[in-house]
Amino acid sequence: MAASTDTTAAPSSTLRNASGNILAFFILLLIGVLAFSIRLFSVIKYESVIHEFDPYFNYRVTQFLTKNGVYDFWNWFDDRTWYPLGRVIGGTVYPGLTLTAATMWKALHFLNIPLSVETVCVFTAPVFSAFAAWATYLLTKEVKGVGAGLTAAVLLAMVPSYISRSVAGSYDNEAVAIFALIFTFYLYIKTLNTGSLFYATLNSISYFYMVCSWGGYTFIINLIPMHVLLCIVTSRYSPRLYIAYAPLVVLGTLMAALVPVVGFNAVMTSEHFASFLVFIIIHVVALAYYIKGILSPKMFKVAATLVISVGLVVCCAVVAVLIAVVASSPTKGWSGRSLSLLDPTYASKYIPIIASVSEHQPPTWPSYFMDINVLAFLVPAGIIACFSPLSDASSFVILYIVMSVYFSGVMVRLMLVFAPAACIMSGVALSEAFDAFTRSIKFYAFQTGDTVSASTVSMENNVKEIEKKEESLKKRPSKKNKKKEKENVEKPLKKSQTEKRPLILPVEASVFALFLTVLLAAFYVVHSVWAAAEAYSAPSIVLTSHSRDGLHVFDDFREAYAWLSHNTHVDDKVASWWDYGYQTTAMANRTVIVDNNTWNNTHIATVGTAMSSPEKAAWEIFNSLDVKYVLVVFGGVVGYSSDDINKFLWMVRIGGGVFPHIKEPDYLRDGQYRIDSQATPTMLNSLMYKLSYYRFVETDGGKGYDRVRGTEIGKKYFKLTHFEEVFTTHHWMVRIYKLKPQKNRIRGKTKKSRSKTSSKGPTKTRTITKKNPWH
Amino acid sequence: MLVVGGNDGSDGGMVVVEGMSTWQYHLNLQSPNTSQLRSRTLNPNQNMEKFSIATVFIASISLLLALTRSFSVENPTDRRILVLLDDLALKSSHSIFFTSLQARGFELDFKLSDDPKIALQRYGQHLYDGLILFSPTTERFGGSLDVAAILDFVDSGKDLIVAADASASDLIRNIAAECGVDFDEDPSAVVIDHGSYAVSETEGDHTLIAADDFIYSDVLLGSTKIEAPVLFKGIGHSVNPANSLVLKVLSASQSAYSANPKSKLSSPPSLSGSSISLVSVVQARNNARFVFSGSLDLFSNKFFKSPVQKAGSSNKYAKSGNEQFVTELSKWVFHERGHLKAVNVRHHRVGETDEPAIYRINDDLQYSVEIYEWSGSSWEPYVANDVQVQFYMMSPYVLKTMSTNKKGLFHASFKVPDVYGVFQFKVEYQRLGYTSLSLAKQIPVRPFRHNEYERFIPTAFPYYGASFSTMAAFLIFSFVYLYSK
Repeated sequence: MAASTDTTAAPSSTLRNASGNILAFFILLLIGVLAFSIRLFSVIKYESVIHEFDPYFNYRVTQFLTKNGVYDFWNWFDDRTWYPLGRVIGGTVYPGLTLTAATMWKALHFLNIPLSVETVCVFTAPVFSAFAAWATYLLTKEVKGVGAGLTAAVLLAMVPSYISRSVAGSYDNEAVAIFALIFTFYLYIKTLNTGSLFYATLNSISYFYMVCSWGGYTFIINLIPMHVLLCIVTSRYSPRLYIAYAPLVVLGTLMAALVPVVGFNAVMTSEHFASFLVFIIIHVVALAYYIKGILSPKMFKVAATLVISVGLVVCCAVVAVLIAVVASSPTKGWSGRSLSLLDPTYASKYIPIIASVSEHQPPTWPSYFMDINVLAFLVPAGIIACFSPLSDASSFVILYIVMSVYFSGVMVRLMLVFAPAACIMSGVALSEAFDAFTRSIKFYAFQTGDTVSASTVSMENNVKEIEKKEESLKKRPSKKNKKKEKENVEKPLKKSQTEKRPLILPVEASVFALFLTVLLAAFYVVHSVWAAAEAYSAPSIVLTSHSRDGLHVFDDFREAYAWLSHNTHVDDKVASWWDYGYQTTAMANRTVIVDNNTWNNTHIATVGTAMSSPEKAAWEIFNSLDVKYVLVVFGGVVGYSSDDINKFLWMVRIGGGVFPHIKEPDYLRDGQYRIDSQATPTMLNSLMYKLSYYRFVETDGGKGYDRVRGTEIGKKYFKLTHFEEVFTTHHWMVRIYKLKPQKNRIRGKTKKSRSKTSSKGPTKTRTITKKNPWH
Repeated sequence: MLVVGGNDGSDGGMVVVEGMSTWQYHLNLQSPNTSQLRSRTLNPNQNMEKFSIATVFIASISLLLALTRSFSVENPTDRRILVLLDDLALKSSHSIFFTSLQARGFELDFKLSDDPKIALQRYGQHLYDGLILFSPTTERFGGSLDVAAILDFVDSGKDLIVAADASASDLIRNIAAECGVDFDEDPSAVVIDHGSYAVSETEGDHTLIAADDFIYSDVLLGSTKIEAPVLFKGIGHSVNPANSLVLKVLSASQSAYSANPKSKLSSPPSLSGSSISLVSVVQARNNARFVFSGSLDLFSNKFFKSPVQKAGSSNKYAKSGNEQFVTELSKWVFHERGHLKAVNVRHHRVGETDEPAIYRINDDLQYSVEIYEWSGSSWEPYVANDVQVQFYMMSPYVLKTMSTNKKGLFHASFKVPDVYGVFQFKVEYQRLGYTSLSLAKQIPVRPFRHNEYERFIPTAFPYYGASFSTMAAFLIFSFVYLYSK
């Protein structure tokens, strides 16, 4: 379609062309500003603070990097996490994000702009989403021209799915990686379109940056080979394709192996296998084309049969060997996360630790509408637009969207990969539609002829056909009850399709359709702004709730971490479920047992087992790990639903996966997870239950009503024998317990009844003093 | 520098602060109590008036350390001991024992067990370092003293001697039970031994036992062997064999049993044979030491002086072993013996002297610690060949016996294992009768840095050759292909 815009632009003067470029430049600038500013709601509504869990780790790493330099970062052995195993940060972290932020910080300081590391980290994501919008413009421009590019860029600038991961403060790998992903695709398409080795090299470097940034780089290294294969199969092979692909594999793999976390994985795991296979295939094809060029057709036929018959035998042998090698490894050479992509049920069957992460769950249908809104309806139109005419570039985009739809359907986290594709497709669709409507209006404005009426009639037939086609394509997204939007979408779609041949529509229809399209876009904008402002801006360490008497702020997490950092020894170990590991190390500066980098399943299972065990067994496990404090998150008082009791079944599952004496059915009553009077004794005696509900009845005068589970708790009055409460935050959301020291004396076996009567007094006073954590 | 059970520098400052307050209240308290003290001390000396102010000052200074912790780091022997008696007559009937303690420098404070002024602590400070309960019949202590207060007292590291008797009250039994010593539940039962009783004038009284089944421990009972049997008359107790803190120091013989001598034995006695312990000691986890004796008479002047002959044995001793036994045991319980301290934990790489903050895998390192034993008046080098150091991460990766220079310094050198993580240098030294030493010092071990690997591996030279020759060949090929006509 790039050609078509060129042809329309050709007759007009160069002046007009130049003004168009300037306009495009300013539009892009504004898109950048839009992308940046729409992500600032979190800073305005809350504060300039790092969000959630992983960003805290990245922030801590960035701090280390800015303080100690690259080499120390590379060799950083962190002894404050995963006690006592420690973690080699330099070798297990994707350094792209932190290096980027640290470089930005350095550059700003070089320019005498003294921003804090935290500020730089907070605003890294919005800055990079502006870059991502521009990269989308470039990519779509390569596919369908400037108009589509600008539309796609503006859509991407405010697509909710991407906003959810890149609001100010959401300092996570994806913030940078999505830009790198789109930019790599752009450079690939650019190389494919130009055949320039310069762009091919840039492409490899961009791929390297992507590898540095995010584990999702495997998407690139699988998608591009698939596209190359597609091109070869559809006999679209060209030297440009070779130049676009071969340097990427060679240079890209070499550079990917430089990243410590990838290392030899770049050549040894199955995720990279496709790229090497296609690398061989493209060489065979190139050789075949070369031989075809120098041989006569007849000779070529002979040679081809000869080579193919010999080649097949060799191939079979090689494939057999490969299969044997791959099959010998238990996971078939794939990592757990990749396997769960190929087989969505894999994780839930074998790796509870992957399945337990909410962002690894399959998305629900509403989440599509929430995350990409009207784009879901525009995408099919975009796909059709890409088929007319089908170019190398547009076929790549089609492949991209098809793959990413599948992946997003498996893991909600990969909606993020899908969103740019959806934006590109919708950008193409919208720009085609605008193109058609404005053209027909223009046509009528200049020559009010009535010759068109005939053509409109013939058009109706086409419309019907396409409608059918679309219907089948759009079955899934249109299941939504948003009928109205659907109607709105379809009209422009039909028109944009039918446009191709007759090119002109009745003016009333065009004006009306134009109005509807703009309205549709307006809906999208409204939804995106709402999503950015309301849905995705909460930093999750500070919670708010609106009630009749105003805004309530729950700042319990920071309260608890501050307590830890002020009241415990610097070398004390804090045990909690792994979700809070990063935050504890970053905010409280205390050593944790497990954290969000779930690299050691056994260690997590140990903590899970401790949480699911009765007090004494748990005490022994924690004591063997030198744990001093245990932190639990409890939402029963204020109704905070993502607390540890709700995560508890995962602890049981993960713990039971390694230590078989923990059995999930012991914690369920008739397959139901409950904490009321019907709960199983194992459940009521587990450490997690006790630490969560200790003294809970005191909050509501003896009822013990849990506001999350909506029920009265099963066991209300109990004492802790091996743990003592040292701190509970204002809203009871975080509770910190200390392990009691081992008994100084071992009691004899004499009847307790007698000793009890005489020691009643002192025990009472002890329980009273217990309430004061500083006692 | 690392000291057992406490932190070094920072705590020093604390001691001074606490010391000031102790000193002040100590002086205040002293004046009303002086008269009482004087009346009780054996030989009140009027001329000491001036001197006493100085002694109070000096004593309070030296007391600070003893008061702030169970035993001061520098001088672990107890100073001030509260003696609770059923009856003031005990003071004279057991005077040998008491004078021997006073002669060794202990300040004994005698009180009746129902004295309403008894208090173990005031303003959060303990007034005594040790407690002797010679009040087996007391059902309730006077003042603020009860089981919980005594347990609090011992849990803060103070020492305790408890003597029970045939008429032992529930109170005493409870205290003992809390420490892991179970006196026979039958209140009328005493230990009877028809096999190894002490021969006496009144034939047929086999409740007076001549026991000589001592524990083999020089630390507990001194290096001189106790030749004469110990006279015992009282109740027996049992200890849980699984309880690692309690030790039977004096066990009954095989033929002993615990029953009421006045009634006929209708059912087999609950306690019998050598499982009956007559005297037991407990060393709590905080190294507080307790002695539990089933007999108060064991400490009496009468038993100390009486001749002893064990039934069935021709050996007749002019004096029983009681005095030696009790004296040695009291030395142990008041920390005059068997108290170890470990100081100056050092570790460094071989060939260096500074302590690194982190080790690398496969580093060679040296670990040393100085261990001293308290002799009652000074710290003597501890000599042993069984002190081991562990390099520990969830389990010991290195376990090495340290060699000693006989001057208290123990050292070992070993290679850091090829595993990175957060390790600990651990010395867990628990020997019978000695205070337990457990030192742990955390030290991380990191993997190689990126530039600490070998640059060129000899076995990889064929690969280097292959790479470079391919590059060269490709260059030549390109030239030939591009520029040959």
